[in-house]
Amino acid sequence: MSSSAKAEAVIALHRFGMGPRPGSIAALGTDPRGALIAELDRPLVLNAAASLPSSAKAYRTVADANARRAARAKQAQQQAKKQQVAATPTMSEDQTQGQGADKDAAEMAAKQAADAIPDPGRPIYLQEAKVRTEAALSADIGFAERLVWFWSNHFCVSANKIRSMSGAYEREAVRANALGRFVDLLLAVEGHPAMLFYLDNLGSMGANSIAGINRSRGLNENIAREIMELHTLGVRTGYTQDDVISFANVLTGWTLVPPGDNPEHGGEFTFNPRLHEPGGQTVLGKRYEQEDVEQGRAVLRDLAANPATATHVATKLARHFVADEPPPVLIEQMAKTFRDTEGDLKQVAIAMVSSDEAWREPTSKLKRPSEWGVGVVRATGITTVDPVRFTGGLELLGEALWRPSAPKGYPDDEASWIDGVGRRLDIANNFAESVAATADPQAIIEDVFGSEIAPEVKQAVGRAESRQQALALLFMSADFQRR
Amino acid sequence: MGVVNHLPTRRELLVGSGALFAWSQMPRIARAEGRDPRLLVIVLRGALDGLGAVAPVGDPDWISLRGDRALVLDGKPPVLPLDAFFALNPAMPNLHRLYKSGKAAIIHATATPYRERSHFDGQDVLESGLVKPGMTSSGWLNRALLALESGGPVDPRGSRALGIGSVTPLVVRGSAPVMTWVPQRLLPASEDTQNRLLDLYQHTDPKLASVLQARMRLASLGGAPGVGDPMSDDPTLAPPGIARVRAYFAEAAGTAARYLAKPDGPRVGAMGFVGWDTHIAEGAASGQLYNLLGALDGAFAAIESNMGEAWRETVVAVVTEFGRTARINGTQGTDHGTGTVAFLIGGGLSGGRVIADWPGLKPAQLFEDRDLKPTTDLRAVLKGLLRDHLRVEEKVLAETVFPGSADVKPMGGLVG
Repeated sequence: MSSSAKAEAVIALHRFGMGPRPGSIAALGTDPRGALIAELDRPLVLNAAASLPSSAKAYRTVADANARRAARAKQAQQQAKKQQVAATPTMSEDQTQGQGADKDAAEMAAKQAADAIPDPGRPIYLQEAKVRTEAALSADIGFAERLVWFWSNHFCVSANKIRSMSGAYEREAVRANALGRFVDLLLAVEGHPAMLFYLDNLGSMGANSIAGINRSRGLNENIAREIMELHTLGVRTGYTQDDVISFANVLTGWTLVPPGDNPEHGGEFTFNPRLHEPGGQTVLGKRYEQEDVEQGRAVLRDLAANPATATHVATKLARHFVADEPPPVLIEQMAKTFRDTEGDLKQVAIAMVSSDEAWREPTSKLKRPSEWGVGVVRATGITTVDPVRFTGGLELLGEALWRPSAPKGYPDDEASWIDGVGRRLDIANNFAESVAATADPQAIIEDVFGSEIAPEVKQAVGRAESRQQALALLFMSADFQRR
Repeated sequence: MGVVNHLPTRRELLVGSGALFAWSQMPRIARAEGRDPRLLVIVLRGALDGLGAVAPVGDPDWISLRGDRALVLDGKPPVLPLDAFFALNPAMPNLHRLYKSGKAAIIHATATPYRERSHFDGQDVLESGLVKPGMTSSGWLNRALLALESGGPVDPRGSRALGIGSVTPLVVRGSAPVMTWVPQRLLPASEDTQNRLLDLYQHTDPKLASVLQARMRLASLGGAPGVGDPMSDDPTLAPPGIARVRAYFAEAAGTAARYLAKPDGPRVGAMGFVGWDTHIAEGAASGQLYNLLGALDGAFAAIESNMGEAWRETVVAVVTEFGRTARINGTQGTDHGTGTVAFLIGGGLSGGRVIADWPGLKPAQLFEDRDLKPTTDLRAVLKGLLRDHLRVEEKVLAETVFPGSADVKPMGGLVG
């Protein structure tokens, strides 16, 4: 294997994959670009996914626990009150105060009773995190997994709001379409209960809808705005506030089956005509006269086909994978492929890795904490994780899994992450301590990096006072943190 | 099944023998003798500067060797005299007290058989007990325990080794079962690691360098208001990280002692302390090394008090992979050397002595004109402890525990 093929394999693994694993550089052979493309032909399935609940099931499980919790709390509260009445036969002077204390006691009893039923959302979240992370750890290259991560972040939801569903959302809507057509991905994510919940569409109703006429509540513009600004066209691409309102009206009625009503289908997507604003709507100058869910789908199809979407998506992809300021030539090649193939995302990904521009950029991108964390673990050959520790580590590093602070998702530029590098040192130091008995820093340099690492790093590793220190320095090196 | 009794497996015995059978975990012979010895090994990773820890103030070449960095009797602070020739680093008042009461001994100009300068290999030789690195995945302390088992003097049911830290030190790894305890406290990346990383970044990634530098500056401000240069030699300006290091050492060593002190607990244990690789700004009298030795001294105090009654049957051996250069280098530190010191403390010790066949400090007397020449094989010290304290047979020591060490005679008289 020539040193240039090796060097290209290292770029392939860091820039487009999840980072090298023992033997992976050799496995890429003489054609790293071909290997990346070949990985996209393998089905993007999660082996362990069968053991995970669907989003609707997860939602029902949590709703059920919440209902039982509320019932238990109410019961405990009533019981506490009864006991107090029995224990207070006459009124005392400090009656008001006494009643206040009684009320507190009743509330505390209610809370304790509720807490006795554990929230099933957390174990589901952790199990999802484990399966997802282990897929990244065991992937040959991890290009396809990186694309799942990219789209999951592009179409992010927040586990702060929908913890139980966040993993299933990614599997059902994003993973299933990450290498398909953009329009199908878009339809899947915007019609997913997790997204509709996250962006406040469940109760959004048209002013003239059956439900709207009788209620004070009404339209919620959130999802319509974010779809145009973040998911498709991009900010300042010519849509107006009127377009947002019209689109929001189009999307009224996109909601989920209430879990209490329907133990079989609760939590699944449904179109509720009682919430839907009747009549046609004009979005971006085009009239949509459909009366039902097809109205929204038609708008989404047009947004997916809009040239601004092609440019927006190509720019974001290139910025994520290649450089904070990606070469315009590369963006244009990818956007053109997007337009020419009607948004075939596999072809767009192939266009990216087929472009010389994507390989020529210096390795100046700072990996996000999640990429760095998985890369560090992969380098040691470990393929399983303790999800509590792993998600905790990501949280410390500012990239809590499926929990971005805003619908924009986690940023991709160096400035957003570089101040957290000090924290990475703490994590690296602790991880190095835990693996120092089995991970040999010299072997990682040779087997994992194929010696494609700065001579200064080799020297620092060779001179370290312990294996732990050597590993910490290695994990913190620019070779590990940049791509 | 008939009359054949079910023979319990080793695992079942480990699980099943609780407090009820605690007595069975003590070595048989030792019990017969009325003894219940404990041995704790502390590995100082990074290679301790033995001359910075225990100064040969009586050597006529000492001052010229170390210049104004030499520890001296009238220094600031003054060193703690041990005998007419040696004096202890002022950061170690506990060790000095123990020494004065005969419960500590110091071995000087000692080394393992390893003569190269790689930390990894040096630690491998130190902990494996073999003459060359990388030849085994078990340590001498574990094999010593195993030898006791098969030889009979120790009841196998109780013979567990204790490993402290999330990485079990090699010295206790092996076939004899090891129980491990990981300190709650997370040890931050050491000052040394941060400095090395900063150096690496300065050569490879200026942006990362400036971020790390800012963090280090912030840490030094956050821990002690008004403190300026963390590399300062003024002990009142000790970097705040040292408080965490002190706490970590004391917690880890104190916990090891508590386990070893339990009637049904393990009888041998090992732990490692990092941070001894002082290439830059060593600061023996006040600075990096001074702070670390102080933390180690605090760990000694924690062991002594947490051992309780068991202290009188305890020996703690503090060892390091090799020493450091005799002379100070261009960055006020020392580089990887050969001869160094080992500390022995414990109520079971016959101490109050510095044991050394002093090689001298004239250039011709140094090893390769660089290092303190090792004159005492560290294996002789360790074999002496294992033979006289744990009662491991000399033949087993020579063949199994420290293979190929028949000509290295166990040092006698260390325990009393």
